[in-house]
Amino acid sequence: MSRAAAEVLSAPIVKPKASRDDRMMRAFMGVIGVYLLVSLALPLYVMLSKSLEDHDGAFVGIANYIEYFSTPALAYSINNSLYIATVTTVITVVLAFTFAYALTRSCIPFKGLFKSITMIPILVPSLLPGIALVYLFGNQGLITGLLMGNSIYGPIGIVIAEVFFTLPHAIIIIITSLSIADSRLYEAAISLRASKLRIFFTVTIPGCRYGLISAAFVVFTLAITDFGAPKVIGGDFNVLATDIYKQVIGQQNFEMGAVVSVVLLIPAVLAFMVDRVVQRKQVALLSARAVPLEPQPKRGFDLVMLGYVVLVSIFLIGMLAVCQYAALVKFYPYDLSLGLHNYRFDVMDGGGWDAYYNSIKMALYTAFFGTIVVFSGAYLVEKGRGFRHGRAAFQFLAMMPMAVPGLVLGLAYIFFFNHPDNPLGFLYHTMAILVISTITHFYTVSHLTALTALKQLDAEFEAVASSLKQPFYKTFVRVTVPVCLPAILDISIYLFVNAMTTVSAVIFLYGPDTNLASVAVLNMDDAGDIAPAAAMGMMIFYTAAGVRVLHYFGSRWLERRTQAWRVR
Amino acid sequence: MNEISSLTSRIAGWTVGGVLAALFAVSTAWAETLTVYTAVEAEDLKKYAARFNEDYPDIQIKWVRDSTGIVTAKLLAEKDNPKADVIWGLAATSLLLMKKEGMLHPYAPVGLEKLDPKFKDKGSAPYWTGMDAWVAAICYNTVEAKKHGLTPPRSWKDLTNVQYKGHVAMPNPNSSGTGFLDVSSWLQMFGENDGWAFMDNLHKNINHYTHSGSKPCKQAARGEVAIGVSFAFRGAKSKAQGAPLEIIIPSEGIGWDMEATAIVKGTKNLKAAQKLVDWSVTEKANKMYNEGYAVIAIPELAKEVKYFPPGIIEAMINNNFEWAAENRKRILKEWQRRYDSKSEPKS
Repeated sequence: MSRAAAEVLSAPIVKPKASRDDRMMRAFMGVIGVYLLVSLALPLYVMLSKSLEDHDGAFVGIANYIEYFSTPALAYSINNSLYIATVTTVITVVLAFTFAYALTRSCIPFKGLFKSITMIPILVPSLLPGIALVYLFGNQGLITGLLMGNSIYGPIGIVIAEVFFTLPHAIIIIITSLSIADSRLYEAAISLRASKLRIFFTVTIPGCRYGLISAAFVVFTLAITDFGAPKVIGGDFNVLATDIYKQVIGQQNFEMGAVVSVVLLIPAVLAFMVDRVVQRKQVALLSARAVPLEPQPKRGFDLVMLGYVVLVSIFLIGMLAVCQYAALVKFYPYDLSLGLHNYRFDVMDGGGWDAYYNSIKMALYTAFFGTIVVFSGAYLVEKGRGFRHGRAAFQFLAMMPMAVPGLVLGLAYIFFFNHPDNPLGFLYHTMAILVISTITHFYTVSHLTALTALKQLDAEFEAVASSLKQPFYKTFVRVTVPVCLPAILDISIYLFVNAMTTVSAVIFLYGPDTNLASVAVLNMDDAGDIAPAAAMGMMIFYTAAGVRVLHYFGSRWLERRTQAWRVR
Repeated sequence: MNEISSLTSRIAGWTVGGVLAALFAVSTAWAETLTVYTAVEAEDLKKYAARFNEDYPDIQIKWVRDSTGIVTAKLLAEKDNPKADVIWGLAATSLLLMKKEGMLHPYAPVGLEKLDPKFKDKGSAPYWTGMDAWVAAICYNTVEAKKHGLTPPRSWKDLTNVQYKGHVAMPNPNSSGTGFLDVSSWLQMFGENDGWAFMDNLHKNINHYTHSGSKPCKQAARGEVAIGVSFAFRGAKSKAQGAPLEIIIPSEGIGWDMEATAIVKGTKNLKAAQKLVDWSVTEKANKMYNEGYAVIAIPELAKEVKYFPPGIIEAMINNNFEWAAENRKRILKEWQRRYDSKSEPKS
């Protein structure tokens, strides 16, 4: 757009009067904007101000921060967290790159199968790899000897668990960036007689550099904010995430919890901002004339890659197999007979089978209401008319949850919703607050998925509808929703699975009637009932995996019914 | 297009219907509901509620359970806006603290006179009444000990012997009531100076501190550590499940605390709360406590409990609860300063 044109467009004189339809649209936008304000911005604001107050609510400036940094036990955690996140990032990105390389640049068989296997960690709470490691490498572990006398409780265990937990996220990103290679570049390099190594470093790596950087920051953020793995396998190795938990749950020192939250928020926000900048550069790398790269069979290389992919798959499946075995063994390691003894959740901490049913309910509510909120919000941002600043502000709010660690969000909710003067206080300890916090926690990715789908829809639909004097919501229900059905299903399954597995935000928010399965895993492990914790963790896995499979067949069926227009 | 939108609306209809049906799923109707905060072991909660409902079928108990330190912290945090009606099964030291904060409602339950004087607050309208005593003990895994060539410890001081280095787990007193009664009993038995000196030496042998008081014993039961500093009840339960444990009562004497009951000041369900407290001191209730605990508030009723080691009553120290409650904050802070930074990077 030229400057002149921009001036004309922003000139206030020619502003058309908003029609009834426009006003309604703005009202809807306002409703969803208020939702994000109440569920995100206000709680975070209250938490920030709480970190500047003393126990009785008086303003004390940065006194809490001074106390924090002068308590060595607490300040050490910053180093520990950075250390864990950095090591995890290096290992995960290398492993994920090699895996993605095998899937995109070699001719190994069963690529689809291997890709699905790497998605396993998404279906389990991050506590589960920790539990598996106790059985593998704990003092009574199946293969403890491999550690050569080192203890799994501490940095070693946390890093292995985090690698397991972050691997799928890195693999998805890197596969995407490796799949858009232009084979003409490789042909050029070969005709210039560049060595294979040289091609790798001058063509392959630069081609996917944005993917690598993005993966690194995503992994770093996940690892530094994760709470499950260090809680289970960290031993006395404290990190920021477990410190928040200890301050709040263990000592009810909410002010210090708020301080640690702010400290944790900083690297998360920084990583997020770098990632956004990098993502913006990724576009338009592939021109229309590019020729997609087709891998050629090379026996030796393919065999090595196959071996590697199989090894990683064994690692991923093995962790789950160990948990399932542990859940069935009667009294490890002294009575190895199998049975369902550890599934009697009702006689243990954590809320029993009710917790499991609550989780399913919570996940269904989150998927249902979350999809409606997120998709409508994205529609208004993308297809809305006028109200530019409002839409930009809304877009900013929608991107924010990605940078806010779940624990921080949960703690912010305590401050905000449990405040005696808050009229929304009745939500505290209810199912509703769990659903709201989960929708908000996972808002950004769902929002981006919806935006991508909506961008594919021509704006003409709206233009034609409005010239036919149809209100926008009719177009929305009759055209937009049916056409975007695959994306809508993707959003709902994403929300469902994450609601099943999340622990971080909800750990501060569940009440006596709203125990959740993932929280039960944590509490049972805390009480020393590790086998039942593994059993409950596996129940979460089977549920999430089952729903995923249903979703796969369901969306294939729907696609055949509603997406026929795509093939022409 | 028509077909698509009708399909969409049909799917939307099903989903909305399903969700709404789930939303309005019937909830059981009770005359009254009491929110009861407790630190009683999770496996006993259903039993406690069921036995109570045998006599008071129209009062529903809604449990909020966590380890002692956490329930205590929660109650203190909710002081101005209490959510609990009754506290049933929390350490007496914690209840003393709340009494001091003016958070409890005094009440003399029917049958109060039958309780051992040790097991009730002084005065005609006591602020709390005791249920049973839970006593410290060492859970010692005989199989693992043999593997590592350990000899069983007979006293607390034995635990500082270098042979146990890295084999001991113990609860963190900041979150666990068992951890606190251990620490407070050591300070009472050995005196402040020797007590902290003993813990300094013990700290060198500790493998890790746990969040809950039962975890060290459950870990010893699984052989994750050889020695768990825990409590006798937990050891007996694990032994009953087949764990190769010896439950050791250290010779210097053992710390103990009472599980006790109290009404929270400001409860909207005072009548029902009083009924629950009445029931909690009955013979029936005491016999129920006795199924797990050897020492109960009506001592004449006490029967031997399977797998409990002998000599517990004799070993229980003359615990000064008032002192423990008054010094709780100071002790915990000192403990945290000395031992909670096991996290510092090892060079």
